[in-house]
Amino acid sequence: MFDLGYNASLVALGAALLGIACGITGTFLFLRKRALVSDAISHATLPGVALAFIVMVALGGEGRNLFGLMAGSAVTAWAGLLAVTWLTTRTRLAEDAAIGAVLSVFFGAGIVLLTVIQTMSAGKQAGLEGFLLGSTAGMLRADAIIIAAGGAVVLALVALLHRPMTLAAFDPDYAVATGMNLRRIDLATMGLVMAVVVIGLKIVGLILIVAMLIIPPVTARFWTERSHRVALIAGALGGLAGGLGAVISASAPALPTGPIIVLTSFAFFAASLILAPGRGMIAAAAQHLDYRRRVHLRQGLLALAQAHPVREALTLRILRREGLIRADGVATEAGRARAARALVDERRWQLLRADPSTGDLADRYDGLTPIETVLTPDQIATLDRRLGPVPVSGGVT
Amino acid sequence: MSGAEFVPLSLPPILIGTLAAIACALPGNFLVLRRQALIGDAISHVALPGIVVAFLLTGVVSTWPMMIGAAGAALVAVAMIEGIRRLGGIEPGAAMGVVFTTLFAGGVLLLEQSDTSNVHLDVQHALYGNLESLIWLDAFGWESLLDPVALDGLPPELIRMAVVCLGVCAFLWLFWRPLKISTFDEGFARTIGMRTGPLGLALVVVAAIAAVAAFDAVGSIIVIAMFICPPASARLMTDSLERQIAWSVLFATVSAVLGYVLAGYGPLWLGAEDAVSAAGMIATVSGVILALTALFGPRRGRAGQPQGA
Repeated sequence: MFDLGYNASLVALGAALLGIACGITGTFLFLRKRALVSDAISHATLPGVALAFIVMVALGGEGRNLFGLMAGSAVTAWAGLLAVTWLTTRTRLAEDAAIGAVLSVFFGAGIVLLTVIQTMSAGKQAGLEGFLLGSTAGMLRADAIIIAAGGAVVLALVALLHRPMTLAAFDPDYAVATGMNLRRIDLATMGLVMAVVVIGLKIVGLILIVAMLIIPPVTARFWTERSHRVALIAGALGGLAGGLGAVISASAPALPTGPIIVLTSFAFFAASLILAPGRGMIAAAAQHLDYRRRVHLRQGLLALAQAHPVREALTLRILRREGLIRADGVATEAGRARAARALVDERRWQLLRADPSTGDLADRYDGLTPIETVLTPDQIATLDRRLGPVPVSGGVT
Repeated sequence: MSGAEFVPLSLPPILIGTLAAIACALPGNFLVLRRQALIGDAISHVALPGIVVAFLLTGVVSTWPMMIGAAGAALVAVAMIEGIRRLGGIEPGAAMGVVFTTLFAGGVLLLEQSDTSNVHLDVQHALYGNLESLIWLDAFGWESLLDPVALDGLPPELIRMAVVCLGVCAFLWLFWRPLKISTFDEGFARTIGMRTGPLGLALVVVAAIAAVAAFDAVGSIIVIAMFICPPASARLMTDSLERQIAWSVLFATVSAVLGYVLAGYGPLWLGAEDAVSAAGMIATVSGVILALTALFGPRRGRAGQPQGA
């Protein structure tokens, strides 16, 4: 099953390199909140592919030279990018409308050209539809080498440019202050996006290449709060999805490369959405439950301390589980002690919040934070002097 | 050209294309103003998996299951985008990118895996539709328009598209005031007691219905182009929403008619023999209109920015 041919191995290698480059480049797009610009760029490659084919045939060539097609796609992709930029800066249209307009119009023009090609030299155009969804079946060795080499070159460029791009994505003002040319960095980022799109056309296809730029950074964001790590993790996830997807796709028929790579990438995303610590769904649910438990516990303890009856079922259950009340609802020894401490804490907080001079500190009151974590022992002692004698026997631990 | 050729072969596709363009452009006006233009893009991508699933469940290529499948997929996509946005704390553009590419990839994979070789269902068809094939075989000339027997044989897509277009108009007419207010000032709309959440969802659902109906007839590329290009061009012509909608309908109609004519007859005028893709040409014409309005439209600049700067 994993006995890949030489071409398939090259494609898998190229897809992995491309995935790494896409993940890192996409991170900068994602962090600048411009992820969908890549959608316009990728759709704008179609007329270029078709035009390059027509030109190459008109010059007497065969028309299917991958390098020529890639060069053509780069030209119209750049035109599409310029059109988006022009529409957003020179007219009142928002970026999303500009993206949608450019992607649909360029794609429509590309389809017109494809039908021209169909009538022009019947049969020869068969390869061009492959650029829509990517197809690595029957790829020439020279093509595989171009893709692998292209992936490596883009990756090297990303490594070279990642520092200014990170800065521009996180702190544009600071980047400008240190003398960077923000416009040029943005242009470089977009140039890289264009390069990965062009290289990825043959493998993933122009409709799905955006997924390789968007999904890995979004996935990586679940695992870390640090920009460098987002880029590195996104690169790793992208490379893994690219390589793994290409291998799976080569292992059986009817498994198109592009969709398999995208779905592999999405599997990583779904797993992260559910499992990631801190930002994942399970972690978030656990945090929520823990918060609820602490609120109920605190309110239950305050009620016990002031001898109010506790009727809320969940509160009673939590108090009982912690061994703070007996089955009949009467506080245990430990329960009375904890309740007394909670009441002291609450009184100290009330006093602190009533004092306007403590502004910031008082804002940290949420009914859960023990005051010991906010104030020093002598500050607490001062508070306690103003509080007067504590009515319940506090100090028992 | 004679009516005997025009009425059966060209009139129905032109009408269907125009109705589809208008049905998409109308809600598109609000989507563009609300900066949700790419919802149309997402909806038309996810229609593919919806249609494939409908085919796999029913085993036949027939209209209603597929439309329901596509509409269902659109709702699933909107729910997924919203879910990922909220649960993961991810910005809407990226959440949309994750969802529509994944669902589209799933649709392509299902299509490749299932045995659809003997039915007419492929990605190309989904992308650029088959406007040229929607012909009216029962017509013999202009007089057929009054002939009830011939009218019976109108392509069903035409009737369906007309009904959907009317439905979209009715929605806009019924909810005109709330739509307008909530689009321009959502905060104010909420303070006067409008339920902006359900209204926004209703707008997306109406857009999805228009997209799915148009998608079936003309392919997804026209759908995306018509959601965005005519309203965007119209926005550069005027500051008034009423006039913007009128302009967008005009631009949509011009794109559809001119695009179809150029695709069908343009190559003949240039000496070539075969027509080119009508869907692609309609999208291209709408793009040319947008480029012209962006260059010369009276209201092309931002408010406060000097004109012609």
